[in-house]
Amino acid sequence: MQTLTNRSKPVNRKPMTWLEKLYVWNIAKGMAVTFIHIFKRKATISYPEQKRSFSKVFRGLHILNRDEEGRERCTACGLCAVACPAEAITMEAAERQKGEEHLYREEKYAAKYEINMLRCIFCGLCEEACPKDAIYLSQTFAPANYGRAGFIYGKENLLIPNPKEDPEGFNKARGERVMS
Amino acid sequence: MYRETAIVNESEVTGDLVINMGPQHPATHGVLHLVVHINGETIRKVEPHLGYIHRSIEKMSESLSYRQFIYVTSRMDYLSSHINNHACAMCVEKGLQVEVPPRAQYIRVIMDELTRIASHTLWWGAMAMDVGALTPFFLAFREREMINDIMEETCGARLTMNYMVPGGVMYDLHPLFQQRVKEFIKHFRSKIDEYDELVTGNIIFQNRMKGVGILTKEDAVSYGCSGPTARGSGVSCDIRKLYPYEVYDKVQFDEPLETAGDSFARYLVRLQELRQSMSILEQLIDDIPEGDIQAKTKAVLKLPKGEFYTRAETARGELGVYIVSEGGTTPYRIKYRSPGFSNLSALDHMARGGKIGDLVAMMGTLDLVIPDIDR
Repeated sequence: MQTLTNRSKPVNRKPMTWLEKLYVWNIAKGMAVTFIHIFKRKATISYPEQKRSFSKVFRGLHILNRDEEGRERCTACGLCAVACPAEAITMEAAERQKGEEHLYREEKYAAKYEINMLRCIFCGLCEEACPKDAIYLSQTFAPANYGRAGFIYGKENLLIPNPKEDPEGFNKARGERVMS
Repeated sequence: MYRETAIVNESEVTGDLVINMGPQHPATHGVLHLVVHINGETIRKVEPHLGYIHRSIEKMSESLSYRQFIYVTSRMDYLSSHINNHACAMCVEKGLQVEVPPRAQYIRVIMDELTRIASHTLWWGAMAMDVGALTPFFLAFREREMINDIMEETCGARLTMNYMVPGGVMYDLHPLFQQRVKEFIKHFRSKIDEYDELVTGNIIFQNRMKGVGILTKEDAVSYGCSGPTARGSGVSCDIRKLYPYEVYDKVQFDEPLETAGDSFARYLVRLQELRQSMSILEQLIDDIPEGDIQAKTKAVLKLPKGEFYTRAETARGELGVYIVSEGGTTPYRIKYRSPGFSNLSALDHMARGGKIGDLVAMMGTLDLVIPDIDR
């Protein structure tokens, strides 16, 4: 096959001179580049003492949202579980009883809501699928754990703190994420 | 094609020494297992054994919807995940006959080129580390970090961005995106000269790379090599030039070619590609048109019955996505033509007759990403 263009150029392949074969000059030159960087600004930060903030759209750990009155938004419709490419989300729905109106926003709620963080690929499709703004991805990392079971996050790990009881924790967990 | 091989033994037929390189070897960049037959220091045969990181992405895609399967492909060639997603999204768009808005096209191409720079930068550091220079690895990661930060700001993730959706892109650009990219280009222009000073012009490095792993033009074509590997042998095969997609036909850039076909030629091609990518970015970054970032698509995508094929130029070569649709919501069959697999197949041919110490220098310039080979 011919090249489709004639832009190729020949490469210089002449043998090295005796001086070049000594390598001394080249080692010195390379070392100079390396050593200059000692006096330049550091490119690293000392994690975990220092932490850098993530951007607003960063897709980290999931959070189950509450509304302003502290009621859970999730209605266990299952759209997030359907949208999930990794099949990481499972849930069980339950019906709201009388007297639970202050806990759940609508008649149906998720009695059990589990996300397997080992399966999750943090694509954000669950957030996009949710019609109730109930689930979104926060700006935090998944912490390390000792066993696999610890990576299956239940409702107790996912639910955002109640804005009425703990407004500080609520705002911290919500981060700078712009929510409609 | 897994076969039981002892850790060290002698081939019964030829009397060659058979050694295993990998699957846990720092220079194979992953779990690649090479069975190397050597006679003294001369390589007689190299057999790559694959399958250690096979996740059956093709089969998995058959059970996922057309929106979902795109994100799994980020895990194929994780260094050019944007371009993988792009190729898949283009294939779905071809089936749906959706026109992508111009703004999304510009964003996609800019992201592709940023990914290419990040991938080539990482390759440069890793390859210099393979042949014994440790500093370039840190320098490369420093520059790549800037791109990762830009990606994080706009796409929400640093490595597996999942930014492409059928019909456009997921979010709009970060307000500071253009400024950051310009800063990066300015920064990187000075750094790439440092790269040249530190590694390219270094006689010791050139000695390791020149005349090693020669792949002629004919062989590169017959093995199906693509990308910088084939261009180092003088085969013009840049998909961005030959079959322009999105806005690649609007930008001016050169396709770097070298004729020597050895490791150093492939090295030079990649370094020139870095400069070309920067020039593409400079041309596009200032005139991103305003408008929608996504074409209107239905919530549940259904491709018409038929077969669709698109290709894109990843950092490693030509990625082909072939979808067979039966008209349902999931693909009937998906086949990826991954560049790494074909490039790896040329390794045996390149290595035969070479020295065992040069094997790493040959593999380094092939820029192998093992999850891309196994899928």
